[in-house]
Amino acid sequence: MEYILLIISAILVNNVVLAQFLGICPFLGVSNKVGTALGMAAAVTFVIVLATMVTYLIYVYVLVSLGIEFMQTITFILVIAALVQMVEIILKKISQPLYQALGIFLPLITTNCAVLGVAILVIQKDYNLVTGVIYGGATAIGFGLALVILAGLREQMELVNIPNGMKGVPISLVTAGILALAFMGFAGLV
Amino acid sequence: MNQMNNFTKGFLKENPILVLVLGTCPTLATTSSAMNGLGMGLATTFVLIGSNVFIALLKNSIPDKVRIPAFIVVIATFVTVVDLVMQAYVPSLYATLGIFIPLIVVNCIVLGRAEAFASKNSVWSSFVDGAGMGLGFTMALGVLGTIREILGSGSIMGYKFIEGDGILVFILAPGAFIALGYLIAVVNRINKA
Amino acid sequence: MAKMQSTLKNMVVSLTLISLVASTALGFVYEFTKDPIELSKLNKKLDAIRQVVPKFTNNPNDEMFLIPTGEGDSLEVYPAKNGEELVGYAIKSYTDKGFSGYIGFMVGFRPDGTIYNINVLEQKETPGLGTKMVPEGTAEKPAFKDQFKDKDPAVFALKVKKDGGPVDAITAATISSRAFCDGVQRAYNAFEKGGLK
Repeated sequence: MEYILLIISAILVNNVVLAQFLGICPFLGVSNKVGTALGMAAAVTFVIVLATMVTYLIYVYVLVSLGIEFMQTITFILVIAALVQMVEIILKKISQPLYQALGIFLPLITTNCAVLGVAILVIQKDYNLVTGVIYGGATAIGFGLALVILAGLREQMELVNIPNGMKGVPISLVTAGILALAFMGFAGLV
Repeated sequence: MNQMNNFTKGFLKENPILVLVLGTCPTLATTSSAMNGLGMGLATTFVLIGSNVFIALLKNSIPDKVRIPAFIVVIATFVTVVDLVMQAYVPSLYATLGIFIPLIVVNCIVLGRAEAFASKNSVWSSFVDGAGMGLGFTMALGVLGTIREILGSGSIMGYKFIEGDGILVFILAPGAFIALGYLIAVVNRINKA
Repeated sequence: MAKMQSTLKNMVVSLTLISLVASTALGFVYEFTKDPIELSKLNKKLDAIRQVVPKFTNNPNDEMFLIPTGEGDSLEVYPAKNGEELVGYAIKSYTDKGFSGYIGFMVGFRPDGTIYNINVLEQKETPGLGTKMVPEGTAEKPAFKDQFKDKDPAVFALKVKKDGGPVDAITAATISSRAFCDGVQRAYNAFEKGGLK
């Protein structure tokens, strides 16, 4: 089934964070605790799936029909900003604790290059709506996976002696690099 | 405001990527060679200066509650301009940088400076801030790109000085993470001294 | 000057104005850059064609025609002529079976069906492995795609040795090599279908 291949490829082989370099800022910022990482991953998945759907429809039925494809960047980012606002409002209403935990990172989903990146990629790869949404969802799962793994690793690193110069961002980046190296091994799957 | 300080802070003390750790996505993705890194940096600098100046110009006409969407529209406009101009005049660089050109719009550096600086300072200061931050970013990309290119392809700015391949991992994803990690560690040390 | 109040009217007016100015400005830049963008795309195409067929004097782009592949799409065929004499066809082909997905090719055939040269237009294969399909070879350092030159796909099967064919795959890049063959095969199928031989 082609979808299975697409999903495995998006999550493991061409992982959005570790192979395509999208979504690094929240990757480094939210990954110090597994709990918050999971919450962030869930929020991002929700936004990406919605965003892929809406931006695709707008691209095909508005931008292309009017011949104004060059407005893609502006319209896509505004759609994403609006969606994130919506998610914030909904989250505040249904789950105050999660809303508090995610704090500043919620509005930052707007600037998460993974969201805009995936929206653009769906158009570039010429997927139809269904394939695009599946691709978006799978990418988001890949993001969540990378995030949670790194969070787990960082929680463990708290208990270890790290040279002062490497503490914080440097060691996280090197760890992410080794993680990326490991993920390269999945290439044999497809 | 001391404009000299304003300009140079972006290079070392407050380097957007090496100290503030903003704009990591394009940094990792476009530095497989020095040329690509520099191209990306300059495109971002153009957007940064443009958006900073315009937002500083309009700061009193934008109601507070809609400032983020307003900033986004201004930034996205400059990004689209860069996109179209690069497509027309430097198509091969445009093809290499690919999706990261439109992604400049979500580069936290640009929105970050708009929010933290341009919305509160004069047009001239914002211009200088944009230029300093942008060029500091470009410099960092150039340095990272050069390191990765030398180690990974055995070339400098496209001129190969070894036969065959270098340590390939450096032009692939893992190498980007690792090289940036060490670079930030080095800059942290320099800043502490 | 005090900051503007965040009343509903102010917010809507401000945002609308900014959006209008932005869209207009972009419209201008778009119009301005439309032609240079088209021109650079055309030049890129002509360069690619130049590398895969013998010297030509016509503009192959002007004489481009389509041949359906039978898979639901068509390939672009660019005839190259030297004066009145047909010297070759450049066919824009592709494969989706690359290691990292889509690979675009420009395959050049002589009128008798033999391959003149193949140009990889775009690919995202692994550096050092799949990317070895791109460079031109030299006398001292032959490249992967050299083995296709002057071959007639009617007798030279476009399959790697692992699949029983004569093609020497790139070491450790079998998938990329297979994809390359797939792309060239697609071009040849169109060539035959179009009765160009």
